[in-house]
Amino acid sequence: MATKIEKDAVTGRDTTGHEWDGIKELNTPLPSWWLYVFYATILWSFAYFVLYPAWPSLSGHTDGILGYNQRVELSERLAAETARRAPIVERIRGATLDQIRANPELAGFAFAGGRAAFADNCAPCHGAGGAGAKGFPSLADDDWLWGGDIAAIHQTIADGVRNANDKSRNSLMPRFGADGVLTPAQIGDVAEFVLSLSGHGEDRAAAARGAPLYADNCVACHGEKGEGNQELGAPRLNDQIWLYGGTKTAVVQSIHAARAGTMPAWSERLDDATIKMLAIYVHALGGGK
Amino acid sequence: MTTGSSVGAAAGAAEAPRAEPYNEEVVRAFVIATMFWGVVAFLAGVYIALQLAFPALNLGLEWTTFGRLRPVHTSAAVFAFGGNALLGTSLFVVQRTCRATLWGYVDLWLTLVWVVYLLVFAGTILRRREPHIYVANWFYLAFILTIALLHIGNNLVVPVSWFGTKSYSVPAGVQSAMIQWWYGHNAVGFFLTAGFLGIMYYFIPKQAERPVYSYRLSIVHFWTLIFLYIWAGPHHLHYTALPDWAQTLGMTFSIMLWMPSWGGMINGLMTLSGAWDKLRTNPGLRFTVASVGFYGMATFEGPVMSIRAVNGLSHYTDWTIGHVHSGALGWVAFVSFGAVYYLVPVLWKRRGLYSDRLCAWHFWISTLGIVLYITSMWVSGIMQGLMWRAYDELGFLQYSFVETVAAMHPFYVIRALGGLFFLSGALIMVYNLWQTARGTAAPARIAMRPPSPNLAAAN
Repeated sequence: MATKIEKDAVTGRDTTGHEWDGIKELNTPLPSWWLYVFYATILWSFAYFVLYPAWPSLSGHTDGILGYNQRVELSERLAAETARRAPIVERIRGATLDQIRANPELAGFAFAGGRAAFADNCAPCHGAGGAGAKGFPSLADDDWLWGGDIAAIHQTIADGVRNANDKSRNSLMPRFGADGVLTPAQIGDVAEFVLSLSGHGEDRAAAARGAPLYADNCVACHGEKGEGNQELGAPRLNDQIWLYGGTKTAVVQSIHAARAGTMPAWSERLDDATIKMLAIYVHALGGGK
Repeated sequence: MTTGSSVGAAAGAAEAPRAEPYNEEVVRAFVIATMFWGVVAFLAGVYIALQLAFPALNLGLEWTTFGRLRPVHTSAAVFAFGGNALLGTSLFVVQRTCRATLWGYVDLWLTLVWVVYLLVFAGTILRRREPHIYVANWFYLAFILTIALLHIGNNLVVPVSWFGTKSYSVPAGVQSAMIQWWYGHNAVGFFLTAGFLGIMYYFIPKQAERPVYSYRLSIVHFWTLIFLYIWAGPHHLHYTALPDWAQTLGMTFSIMLWMPSWGGMINGLMTLSGAWDKLRTNPGLRFTVASVGFYGMATFEGPVMSIRAVNGLSHYTDWTIGHVHSGALGWVAFVSFGAVYYLVPVLWKRRGLYSDRLCAWHFWISTLGIVLYITSMWVSGIMQGLMWRAYDELGFLQYSFVETVAAMHPFYVIRALGGLFFLSGALIMVYNLWQTARGTAAPARIAMRPPSPNLAAAN
């Protein structure tokens, strides 16, 4: 098709003379603002190439005159922050938990640091603010599995529960149903008795049948009246707080297969000062003895 | 293969009658597939958006979790919806702008291999009866060639066994990450940008019935876009194990890409000079023109986010998700809708759409959906980034991760609502186009306006 240049009536521009399926093109020059901004971005980039590491070569790359290095910058900033905190962190490291609590400056810092460390490490299971969840104890009440004084809390955080660490807190409830120690009917009776300890349960006859079974199998750890034993991590059964739920189904399941919740030994992952700060924070959440 | 005759090329056809009619059967099939997969993609998107707001919707089943459904959404949106739109429009456009029927027998083979697509497309260009190659076809060809290259590059793997499906990528570690973002970013660049610019360069001049604003700009922005885009991938790996020098190159080439990207926007918008009034009468044109606006916005936001310091805040946050969707919903989907509203009456030989009014409803409800989507993600993304880096006066982190998740909940609900609007609009479109293809006369209550002028003219 022959090239046929026309003048566009609306813009006054010539067309290029090309036409495809009725589509023509105007011969408009590049918008000058577009061109100058494009040049500016190119200039900016070349300036950046001069200032920062940019072009690779066979043996390395151009370094740029600013000496920028991301890894060095990061380690410098981390080192600066560590150095800034070092004096007070060292005092926390050298003090006992009681000394920290007695000193407002140290206690305030420890609480703030413990809160941040808790959010990073503990909140996924224990919830923001230590509210807890099914299977993960609330840390904001005064019901403690392994003790609620500051030393006990510190030990639980450092050594954890039922993990591979040598110092881990360990205790295991038997799997009464799964291992055939008790029959399903007996488990139902024991569950009724356990519920009756906190004023729940409806089947008094079953609870009465469960009482001797409880005395034979459960008293050693959970106590005669279900008061629990923090030496063994045996939960209290005569209050309204249930780690795995207080329905009969949940209690039957706990007796049948046991639960054996676990927690890491945080001494394997966090430094001494951080664990102390965590203990201060958790103790202050509401229920520390 | 098809008995279809040219509907939209009246002027060209008059000068040199074609020996055989254009292949339209295959284009119709792609248009139907585009609409089907669009609805699938939007539906999956709305569902996973709701999952983020209400995790119970994961249903506790492996196959209905967010992690499983999210790839369904992205693959359906990008490759099924976007891919069918590109395949269909490219095969439509290349025939008409080359005044040649498709090269070879396409129907079956095309679905099998990309190479056949390339051969069909390039073969049609080679047998064209026009002296020059139209700009839309440059973009389509760049898209087809580069996607082939990217696909091969990203799939250089060593199989573990002869018959198993497990394999390991040849590059390891950060080099593998770099290859994947070279692929990922150029999928955005050549699939979702270059390919859809091809759509824009045909359908805007057709709908506006105006010449393309600047031939020179189309040449300069095409070559600069193609050259610069391929370098920009490393900006996805700022502050990672990727060496500083590679990050610098990714960032600077992204900045230099700004104007080449905007060249397409300028050419799209300025083509409407003298035809802006058509926005009132041609609701299909509204989609293509609005898409160019969203394109301009997303291609400005992209270079901004590639700057290392900005990326330090935006990376890994919902800001990125909002950015992607202003491109995906505003640009890719809208330009496809505009093209499909043009194509269906032409391909099914109708005088116009079943209802311009429903098309206008689709436009406004979808636009509202996009605005809800991207504004909620801007707010939640920037909030998320700021919360992650907030320190208290003693130098400890202010927020836990779970607190940032909780803070985003209201914005996740707004986002899901935006997605729901967008999906509703698409369902209106499917109904409208279905009735158009069937040739249903619009009831008087719906057909307030006469068929849009350019579609009537096309007949």
